[in-house]
Amino acid sequence: MTQPKNFGFGEDETMLRDSARKFFSDNCSPDKLHGLVAQNPNIHRDIECHWDKTLWKQICELGWTAACVPEAAGGIGMPVVAAVAIAEEAGKVAFPSPLISTFNSTFALRECHSEAATLALEDIASGKATSLAITNKKGSWEATDTDVLLTDGKLNGTAYFVQDAGKAEQLLVAAKSNNGIGLYIVDVNEDGVAIVQDGIIDLTRDQAHIEFSNVTGIQVAAHGEGDKALAKAMPAILCIISADMCGAGEWLLQTTTDYASTRVQFDRPLGFFQAVKHPLVNVMIDIDRAKSLTYNAACAFDYEPENVEKLARMAKSAASDMAVFASSRAVQFHGGIGFTWECFVHLFFKRQMHNHILFGDGKYQRRKLAALLMA
Amino acid sequence: MSGSSAKDSEEQAEFRDYCKKFLAENHPGTPPVHIPQGALELSDPEALVWLQKWQKSAYDAGLVGCDYSVDCGGGGRTNCQSIANQEMQRAKTPFMPNIIGLGMAAPTVYFHGQDEVKKALLPKLLSGEDIWCQGFSEPGAGSDLANQQTFAEKKGDSWVINGHKVWTSLAHFASWMILLCRTSKDDKYNGLSYFVVPIQSAIGNGVTVRPLIKLTGETGFNEVIFEDLVVEDKYRLDDVGAGWKVAMTTLAHERGAGILTTPSSGGMETHSEKGADIGNAMSLIDLAKQSYRNGTSSSDDPVIRDAIMQLVIRQEGFRQNQRRIGVNSLLDHPARVQLQYKLVATEIGQDVAQLAYEIEGAGSSLYVNDENAPAGGEWPLAYMNSFGITIAAGANEVQRNILGERVLNMPKSK
Repeated sequence: MTQPKNFGFGEDETMLRDSARKFFSDNCSPDKLHGLVAQNPNIHRDIECHWDKTLWKQICELGWTAACVPEAAGGIGMPVVAAVAIAEEAGKVAFPSPLISTFNSTFALRECHSEAATLALEDIASGKATSLAITNKKGSWEATDTDVLLTDGKLNGTAYFVQDAGKAEQLLVAAKSNNGIGLYIVDVNEDGVAIVQDGIIDLTRDQAHIEFSNVTGIQVAAHGEGDKALAKAMPAILCIISADMCGAGEWLLQTTTDYASTRVQFDRPLGFFQAVKHPLVNVMIDIDRAKSLTYNAACAFDYEPENVEKLARMAKSAASDMAVFASSRAVQFHGGIGFTWECFVHLFFKRQMHNHILFGDGKYQRRKLAALLMA
Repeated sequence: MSGSSAKDSEEQAEFRDYCKKFLAENHPGTPPVHIPQGALELSDPEALVWLQKWQKSAYDAGLVGCDYSVDCGGGGRTNCQSIANQEMQRAKTPFMPNIIGLGMAAPTVYFHGQDEVKKALLPKLLSGEDIWCQGFSEPGAGSDLANQQTFAEKKGDSWVINGHKVWTSLAHFASWMILLCRTSKDDKYNGLSYFVVPIQSAIGNGVTVRPLIKLTGETGFNEVIFEDLVVEDKYRLDDVGAGWKVAMTTLAHERGAGILTTPSSGGMETHSEKGADIGNAMSLIDLAKQSYRNGTSSSDDPVIRDAIMQLVIRQEGFRQNQRRIGVNSLLDHPARVQLQYKLVATEIGQDVAQLAYEIEGAGSSLYVNDENAPAGGEWPLAYMNSFGITIAAGANEVQRNILGERVLNMPKSK
């Protein structure tokens, strides 16, 4: 199959992106975000989950969670680039919400092809926040690794590094049996589910490990099929995280170049000095590379499936490395103020560091890519 | 991973079929002489003649200069050069020898020259019969291009030119030169004017060409001395004092950001079977499989594997950037990605060659004059030659100033 020249980014996708951009610029200033999530700098603060539920309701009413849900499940059936476009805008404002987790769950459920999965997708289309509970204690990103077991038809064990667990209403859980990995939908209020919030660095997210004790789940993918569904969804998931990093990277770039144009030292604005200017140009180049690779991989998901894993690993590698570099330069070039809690840069710095590792950092992606290309 | 034929216009689709057919029947075949890695390394007259013959046949068939107007020797088509280029790349034809002419002189003469001059000079430029060179850099005007000291003085209807140009690729074969020089000492930028001047026909009569030897040991570029060279006024491009503006047309095309697509051809294996696929990060994979470093296979070294993947990713990112340039809704700033072209392309090329060097391990110490050199010694040669293009056309440090100032709106560094 051949990709369309425009990355599949047509009029509908542009309109959706523009409306997301407007929504976020109307509702989400860094100032407001800081007030919401950074009230308490105490390093030993209580673990809390701060987010604006009203905005989330509005997003659901605007139909964003339905964007990539198939039409047969009551969604809009848009291509992955549509979700990528929204995720990029969300990243630009470091938006705290279960949006990205819900997109990721959508992609996994789309690959399950079961009636139960369709029902779960219908719930997502109408705004039910969903998150993936698929990672083990060792932090493996392989679809076959989970610490949750199916014993006597019940889920037992612990899922780790569950994103936005404090905001999700349902979980998509990977569980192991003798027949392989199966996937289950579990309501967060189900008996036997204990969500234990992690104390994390990123203030714009929450994360938990979730203990399951004899929990009844709704099977959406049979054992032996679940890992395949997750592996098929993984390229789209990598695109979403990459898009978030591209958006956050752009905020860091623009904010830092603005600062470099106004802050004066040695009688010159900082940006006069090439020791500041040139690394910021390098940040821009890294962002543009990551963006183009992300759009390419997202488009490949719908038009070039035979290459999508390779292209998505390229995108995540480029985006992760960019995220680390862009955030480090942003703190460094803001100087003393950049090192303080009151400067907004740390919100994006911490989100980037979290994104960078999520579903595998650049080094991991390149190891997987080398295995594909250099077999 | 490419969709070149998707969405061709009717004219483009028809032209593409024509190009395919022509190239299937008219590939010039295996060269009878050694062909260097690129046109800027040309020093053997026999190689030049063979390549000129190829350019002429492609021109006569309408594959070179397709988007130029018919009265200037062009094909009078719209957006067809990119089609011809894609098909020539696909057919693995040799590169065009008149690279400076096609990439820089032609669009500049086309947009700024008088009709008479355009009609007289462009047909033989496009056909490759006349080789062109570029007279921009001087001993005191490298990255600081506007610091031109070569002076043109008006005497009657003519100009008398005196000065010293350096790093002039292909001057030893050139009939013509595009020349940036000073016509007034009162203003750094507005005191510049732009000419086309004869070289070969004026040697010994105002022009001296002396070869410079590169760090690789190759020739191919020169210094050119002007001593009272007399040039008719009609060979001035645009107004007196407008030289800087005209030079921007040249540089935009040189950096891949011009209005006209440069005719280009390439991909032909110019070397022995063991030769290197210079500039292609994917070729590092096979190189690693065939190479040993520190006594073991280079392709088993995880650090080397990671480094190769980094370059494969950068190369694919560059390609996807070029694709995104065509999608307005995915560009927040009109020139941001385009202006990165020269910087990014040349640094990827340099890093690919450097990594190839490392992949070859101890064997990388062998040069092209040693028959045991891996890949014929082409990778170390390519690495050394790569500095030519990271320095030329505005050193990459200057490119970073341009990007920081014009795209990111940071204060000027001068």
